[in-house]
Amino acid sequence: MPDQSSSAPSAAAIETFELSKRYGRTTALAGLSMRVEPGEVFGFLGPNGAGKTTSVKLLLGLTAATSGSGTVLGAPIGDRETRRRIGYLPELFRYQSWLRAREVLRLHAELARLPAGRRGAEVDATLETVGLGDRANDPVGTFSKGMQQRLGLGAALLGSPELVFLDEPTSALDPLGRTEVRQIIRTARDRGVTVFLNSHLLSEVELVCDRVAVVNRGRVVASGTLDELLGEQAVVLRVSDLSAEARTSLDRFGTVATDPADPEQITIRPIDPTQIPDVVASVVLAGGRVHAVAEGRETLEERFLELLGAAPDPEGSAAAHRQIDGGQPR
Amino acid sequence: MSSIVMPLLVIFRLTLLDAFRRRILWVLVVLTVVVVGLSGLGFERLVSLARANGSSETVIQLGVSQMLIVVAFMFSFILAMTAAFIGAPAVSADIDSGVLLAILARPIGRSTFLVGRWLGLVLVAGTYALASGLLEIGAMKLASGYGPPDPLGAAGAIALQAIIVLTLTLLFSTRLPSIAGGAIAVVLFGMCWIAGVLGGLGIYLKADLMEQIAVVSRVLLPTDGIWRGAIFALEPQVVIAVASEGGRSSEQLAANPFYASAGLSLVYEAWVGAWFVIVLGLAVLSFRRREL
Repeated sequence: MPDQSSSAPSAAAIETFELSKRYGRTTALAGLSMRVEPGEVFGFLGPNGAGKTTSVKLLLGLTAATSGSGTVLGAPIGDRETRRRIGYLPELFRYQSWLRAREVLRLHAELARLPAGRRGAEVDATLETVGLGDRANDPVGTFSKGMQQRLGLGAALLGSPELVFLDEPTSALDPLGRTEVRQIIRTARDRGVTVFLNSHLLSEVELVCDRVAVVNRGRVVASGTLDELLGEQAVVLRVSDLSAEARTSLDRFGTVATDPADPEQITIRPIDPTQIPDVVASVVLAGGRVHAVAEGRETLEERFLELLGAAPDPEGSAAAHRQIDGGQPR
Repeated sequence: MSSIVMPLLVIFRLTLLDAFRRRILWVLVVLTVVVVGLSGLGFERLVSLARANGSSETVIQLGVSQMLIVVAFMFSFILAMTAAFIGAPAVSADIDSGVLLAILARPIGRSTFLVGRWLGLVLVAGTYALASGLLEIGAMKLASGYGPPDPLGAAGAIALQAIIVLTLTLLFSTRLPSIAGGAIAVVLFGMCWIAGVLGGLGIYLKADLMEQIAVVSRVLLPTDGIWRGAIFALEPQVVIAVASEGGRSSEQLAANPFYASAGLSLVYEAWVGAWFVIVLGLAVLSFRRREL
């Protein structure tokens, strides 16, 4: 990931300033300001209807902004020639059923104006990448929804674009397919491609994204790296028979807090995860009995629900809950 | 320049491929051959019976030409329906399927997409209309011995009618769902034909308003105007000679919806050209402003 602390700002892959979109009296996007660095996988999170797809359409020039401005790959939003360097997988689509998989990619290779001599090899390689090499000559009408999504991903990745927008790329895929797509995204990042991943599958975002922005009701409510968004690493221990003195001595690992409602539960933060075994050893040496040890950071799901003002699911919440300051947009 | 021409050709080719891969086109071709064959047989039987009954060749020629014009009308109506059928989903279906999002995210302008699609559809509909029209005229000539004075002009006019309906439905397709756009275009086509019939009756009844309705409708949607050109190209000289004499008989002829007193004027042909530019321009404007 690029060093963002550098004093000389590098050209952003995407940069927007108060981008807004209204459809009649409905506000779909209410002032989107964000910056996506080149070469990163950027997760764009939000509930249904938050404005995620509208944002992608605006960035691609598929719809015009009501107000605001921005750049994509250094050019004003909507610049037609810049689209040669961009790939896009729409959220909901159904390719022409009468086209064969190879023809779909060939069509996109031509529209992206790839050199004629390169098209065949690019199409073949892309079909293999998305696992459709053996179905290249089959009509798309015979494809399952998941296979269509793979083909769409192939169309988006065709011709080595510099920036790829993926709108819910795994919504129709089984767990194996999702794993493969995550690997495809990681490979693209390794090649220096910037990936803008629109998703409401939080686990997916957590696994592949370098930075995320959470959008709700047309506004970015938090953004940053996962570490920034989820807060510092902490460890939560359930211990008994630990003296107050020994408890205080754990300060050398981080700030120690005891849960007022449960005196046996102590939280140490921030903490380097490699020191967790040393914490346990110290407690045991001091005569304490360790009943449980857990990493104390919020999951993305908990943080997401918190940002949206919804109650977290107690079943899905294994870690300690605490207030974390999220990064502000831009 | 290549940034416009190349994507335009890609969409043009995609549209042709779409038409040829769909079974509907081949079903239409087969049905057309069947209809042409059956109508040829019918003409042959009618003419044989008329000759056996001692009818004169002039009467036979008049009867055959009128029958041919009626068949041509039926044919033009089917072609208009076909044109509406292929034009109405030309944009809206791709919007509904989401395919258009993926295509327009490429370096291609909306106007380029639309014009590429229009050209592809025009080639398909125009070729089909022209070929099937000439086939029908040829079959009739073979069966009855009667050949209209301007077969190419007649088939061309019928093809042009289809292209007009196609262009109108393409405009509707930028805003309306496929079924709505196609249905509206067919209704408008039918209304314009009825307005043309009323115009003919207006001449006979000396009712200016009825005549004016026909004139206005032929300006707004030139299908009926072009149809008049097709009729004129199919009429035998004897009918035109009667019409040119003037008087009561020519007014009576005007009331016949399958009669035209004159071919297309240059002014009207120029207007039809302008109509295409205007309607295509409106389609481009509408499509550019369409939220996807």
